[in-house]
Amino acid sequence: MLELDKVSKISNGETHINDVSLRLESGSLNVLLGPTLSGKTSLMRIMAGLDRPTHGRVLSDGKDVTGLAVQKRNVAMVYQQFINYPAMTVYENIASPLRISGADKATIEREVDRAAELLRLAPYLQRTPLNLSGGQQQRTALARAIVKKAGLVLLDEPLANLDYKLREELRAELPKIFSESGAIFVYATTEPSEALLLGGDTATLSEGRITQFGPTVDVFRDPVNLVTAQTFSDPPMNLLPMEKKQGNFVKQGVKDIPVPASLSHLADGPCTLGFRSHNLSPIAGPGTTPLSAEVMVTEITGSESYVHLIHEDQRWVMLTKGIHDIDAGEIMDVHLDTAHLLVFDRDGRTVRAQQSGA
Amino acid sequence: MARIDLDHIRHAYMANPSRDEDYALREVHHSWDDGGAYALLGPSGCGKTTLLNIISGLLTPSEGKILFDGNDVTGLQPEERNIAQVFQFPVVYDTMTVADNLAFPLRNRGMAEAEVQARVAEVLEMIDLVDIAGRKARGLTADLKQKISLGRGLVRADVNAILFDEPLTVIDPHMKWQLRSQLKLLHRRFGHTMVYVTHDQTEALTFADKVVVMYGGEIVQIGTPQELFERPSHTFVGYFIGSPGMNVLPVALDGARAQLGQQTIALPGAASLPDGKRTELGIRPEFVQLGTTGMPVSVRMVEDIGRHKIVRAMIEGHELAIVLDEDLSVPADPHVTFDPAGINIYADDWRVKLGG
Repeated sequence: MLELDKVSKISNGETHINDVSLRLESGSLNVLLGPTLSGKTSLMRIMAGLDRPTHGRVLSDGKDVTGLAVQKRNVAMVYQQFINYPAMTVYENIASPLRISGADKATIEREVDRAAELLRLAPYLQRTPLNLSGGQQQRTALARAIVKKAGLVLLDEPLANLDYKLREELRAELPKIFSESGAIFVYATTEPSEALLLGGDTATLSEGRITQFGPTVDVFRDPVNLVTAQTFSDPPMNLLPMEKKQGNFVKQGVKDIPVPASLSHLADGPCTLGFRSHNLSPIAGPGTTPLSAEVMVTEITGSESYVHLIHEDQRWVMLTKGIHDIDAGEIMDVHLDTAHLLVFDRDGRTVRAQQSGA
Repeated sequence: MARIDLDHIRHAYMANPSRDEDYALREVHHSWDDGGAYALLGPSGCGKTTLLNIISGLLTPSEGKILFDGNDVTGLQPEERNIAQVFQFPVVYDTMTVADNLAFPLRNRGMAEAEVQARVAEVLEMIDLVDIAGRKARGLTADLKQKISLGRGLVRADVNAILFDEPLTVIDPHMKWQLRSQLKLLHRRFGHTMVYVTHDQTEALTFADKVVVMYGGEIVQIGTPQELFERPSHTFVGYFIGSPGMNVLPVALDGARAQLGQQTIALPGAASLPDGKRTELGIRPEFVQLGTTGMPVSVRMVEDIGRHKIVRAMIEGHELAIVLDEDLSVPADPHVTFDPAGINIYADDWRVKLGG
């Protein structure tokens, strides 16, 4: 188990990591999700022992390893920018951690072949990295991390420079490969969809803080606050500032939206409604509320359409099934499915549903 | 703005190519419309960057010609082709202000200053950089710098084409939405011929009127996003477009019926094929209905990815992916049916037209 205990990192007067506490279990898959500069890389460097935190402690299986150098820890790291030994063949690159640890020839062959097979590098084993495409170079770096069998595997946006399809496949396979080893697996990404496909647990980061940590789908469905909801939303979360007045959310020019019974305990006053792109529809349904918006542009993916909308000063995105090529400038009614509504209070905290009965 | 003709173009990086495999770009022969928005989509090594470099003039093709509005530009340097280019990483002058960066290509060509100012103001507005127009580019984030690069690509109204080489790679997901929709809007407004290279299907499909899917040095399909989704002309297109990609199942054909193991599937039409072809049925996960009637499947895994679930099942010993709505769940005795409208038949990987 790896534990960060009230860790902060301040350099040149700037706070990169702000009071982070986190416990990562052995054999777990953990996603660090946040935009560029939210602190993902800084946090990983502290986990790896590449940087020492300004405050706080790092514990490995209960032992304080705060000052311990990276070489003394059993850590494998893969970066967005692929790093390989340029003079060695791909085979030797992958084999290098095994050679250092003194593995026998049969083990090296077996492990390298297995990793190469998994990452589709078998045809390139005798080439040097510079004669490979970027994607193949990154797969070499990943293969090396796999054979190392480290207790802590840190992957910093490892697929960002890879083909989309290869990413889709590696995303599905990587957790399986690493989980077999019982290692703690930490994966940093800027992309919500990547976090959802990886599963496991997700920590959302914003400005050096962890805003929420829990099972990935739970963090996605039930964000504790607006920042988490925005971090974990792609397309961006649609927002609508309103005021709660008794049984309704009200706003000038917008039809009243009934407050769901489970949220009736919310005090009257300003609040923000949040809803995802697929909770808006061009068609009315049971429990929907119409909202007027201007169409900016429509993007068609083949099976679905993303309609970019403007509602007063808010930009919204509506995701709808089928092909809808709506002209820019058109004012249309979009229908909000209020069953999946998120409501944030004036401090940006999610208003929790009150359990009825129990 | 110009029509682009790619006239029997082939390219090999090696000397004396003899076999098809020696070519990084095999025979490309197409005409692209003036004012069209094209995306070149494919995995790394598919030839899309080679093709872009041939269009921009960074590379002279081994064979064939390239024409802009009927004029042969094959031998012309990039700067002689009157094109604008936006690259993967921002190219900006750090010591210049944001506005001067945008003005640079115009002043370079001796445009009158009043006109420069008007044009720059318009572009600043479009890409939402008015607030920082007077700031030096130094110290701006990669996002903002790339926006400047995009703006500079768009600032000249008279270019033959604007070429984009994976321009959103360094951009955070939230900003991608904004920039992509702005590009699309600009294309609608000004009608530039745009060619956009990417390996990201969402970018390609949402940006382009026509997506050019490349695989192994060949163009395997040019089509609208809808065509690529509904009628992939090659199994690679079915696999590469869509997430997860199309299910491709080996079948034996008998007129308007396909035999998948013990299961018989009615086809929307009959296939007539010569013997000896490898035949497969393609069905996208979105066209597979999970219920209690139809063909039995065993469910291996359900991935909850937020707005829907992906069910990983087995049918007659083959993997089958199914997309299931957020609020639905897997029945106790799962069966599937295939929506006939979503069925495509392939022979040796190429789509076969089905007869009435």
